Amino acid sequence: MRLTFLLGETTNGLRRNVSMTVSVVLVTMISMYLLGLGLLGQRQVDTMKDYWYDRVQVSIFLCVDKSIYPACAGTVTTDAQRAQIRSQLDSMKPPVKEYFYESQDEAFARFKEQFKNSPLGTQATKRAFADSFRVSLTDASKFDVIASSFQGAPGVGKVQDQKQLLNRFFSFMNVVSWSAIALAILMVVCVVLLMATTIRQTAFSRRRETGIMRLVGASNFTIQVPFVLETLIASLLGSVLGVGLLWATVRYGVSGYLSTEMLDTAFIGMADVWAIAPIVVGGIAVLAVCTSAVTLRRYLRV
Amino acid sequence: MILFDRVTKEYPRSTRPALSEVTVEIRRGEFVYVVGKSGSGKSTLLRLVLQEDRPTSGSVLVAGRDVGRLPSRKVPLLRRGIGTVFQDFRLLPNKTVDANVAFALQVLGKPRSMIRQVVPETLEMVGLEGKGKRMPHQLSGGEQQRVAIARAVVNKPPILLADEPTGNLDPSTSREILAVLQRINEGGTTIVMATHDDEIVNHLRRRVIELQDGRLVRDEALGSYVAPPPSTDTDPFLDLGVPVLRADEQS
Repeated sequence: MRLTFLLGETTNGLRRNVSMTVSVVLVTMISMYLLGLGLLGQRQVDTMKDYWYDRVQVSIFLCVDKSIYPACAGTVTTDAQRAQIRSQLDSMKPPVKEYFYESQDEAFARFKEQFKNSPLGTQATKRAFADSFRVSLTDASKFDVIASSFQGAPGVGKVQDQKQLLNRFFSFMNVVSWSAIALAILMVVCVVLLMATTIRQTAFSRRRETGIMRLVGASNFTIQVPFVLETLIASLLGSVLGVGLLWATVRYGVSGYLSTEMLDTAFIGMADVWAIAPIVVGGIAVLAVCTSAVTLRRYLRV
Repeated sequence: MILFDRVTKEYPRSTRPALSEVTVEIRRGEFVYVVGKSGSGKSTLLRLVLQEDRPTSGSVLVAGRDVGRLPSRKVPLLRRGIGTVFQDFRLLPNKTVDANVAFALQVLGKPRSMIRQVVPETLEMVGLEGKGKRMPHQLSGGEQQRVAIARAVVNKPPILLADEPTGNLDPSTSREILAVLQRINEGGTTIVMATHDDEIVNHLRRRVIELQDGRLVRDEALGSYVAPPPSTDTDPFLDLGVPVLRADEQS
């Protein structure tokens, strides 16, 4: 009986207060969308790290004619030095998983093929390339072992870790996703303030009802529950809509577009949306209940 | 039923106390007028019974319990045993007469079947049979006050507090309202009515307590007080805890 009464009061309250309810729903939706984007961005970075760190290689560039590497000092790597590097790599398994040799001509040809649609492909000169050993590691973090073994060794021009190039990209993505999270936190502050204002305004417009409830001896619970439920319903609706937007973004933006355009990298998928959805929805529910409890304590005399 | 024991109430930022050393006892089943000019402390007296305010010193006992010491979670239980009526009716304008009266039971979680039975009975007792589907604005002032009284007594409280219930009504309507209150009192309900309408007091002669600047200046029984037979109902204030009976209440 009391449950039906409380639910009736709640629906009435929501109906009489449509504009405020809609504003809470929309602001919650946008803030949860931003928060979700930030969280998904983090997961995208993690996904790409997993994907790329398995594939990154350490390149040991050798000295060729007119080499650009200062360490070469005008010399050219001899066959004996090449064999020496080869046997040293053989003796280092693990962390060396496998390696292959790429000559300057092959590297130049591969580059021209990759960038055939770009001015880079036609402007590049063979001099920018070198013979190299491409080494893949069992553990991407073991780069230092390779670097210390080969940096400065006879015939070696430069040891380069692709991971360092990737890390610059990942830190850029990190900054972007953290910015989204920071914006989302500002929006969450807006949500909390808006909820509090809505409750204050509603408590004021319903002071007659609550006054009578107090007078006939309704418990604090009965008086406060409609306010809490209204806030909770509006914010849950907003967060569910926000998750819906995230779903659409990943479904049509990432899975439907980016993944088909960029085949050589890994992207987040639906599973990631479902993984963050409970955090977003549950978090906003806790926030709604806490905010209304604190606001009611201050503005609703019982 | 209600006992004020040297009660003083001071409001902050006020030069003199609203009530000063007031001691008065109201017995079960009595009908008591509280008279005095505006600002003499009538409303404060009623607010202290309802625990809307706590006394600065002294104690207010309702059914033997010191309400000033009641933990705040038990205050609703106290108020369930006290009906209240005001000068301005305080009806909910968007609810029908039926819904206004039922509201008092719904917020207490009473079963629907009980509400459907009790609401028409109560409306009949205050003389509003057949008007349950009207909205408050379709009623006269006297009828609105009857609705307010019905809402106050629908839960059958042993005490009814009325703060200037006839203040907005003309003399003949006031007498009708008084007749309703008298009928409720005859059913065993203790009534405390604050008023400054001498005509009312002279029309239905009952005990009169007069306050002047927060002090009790007159207490005289103008009518006969017949103690009602001991109630066989369970104590409606039972949930408040074990009553602390005072010597003068044990008789």
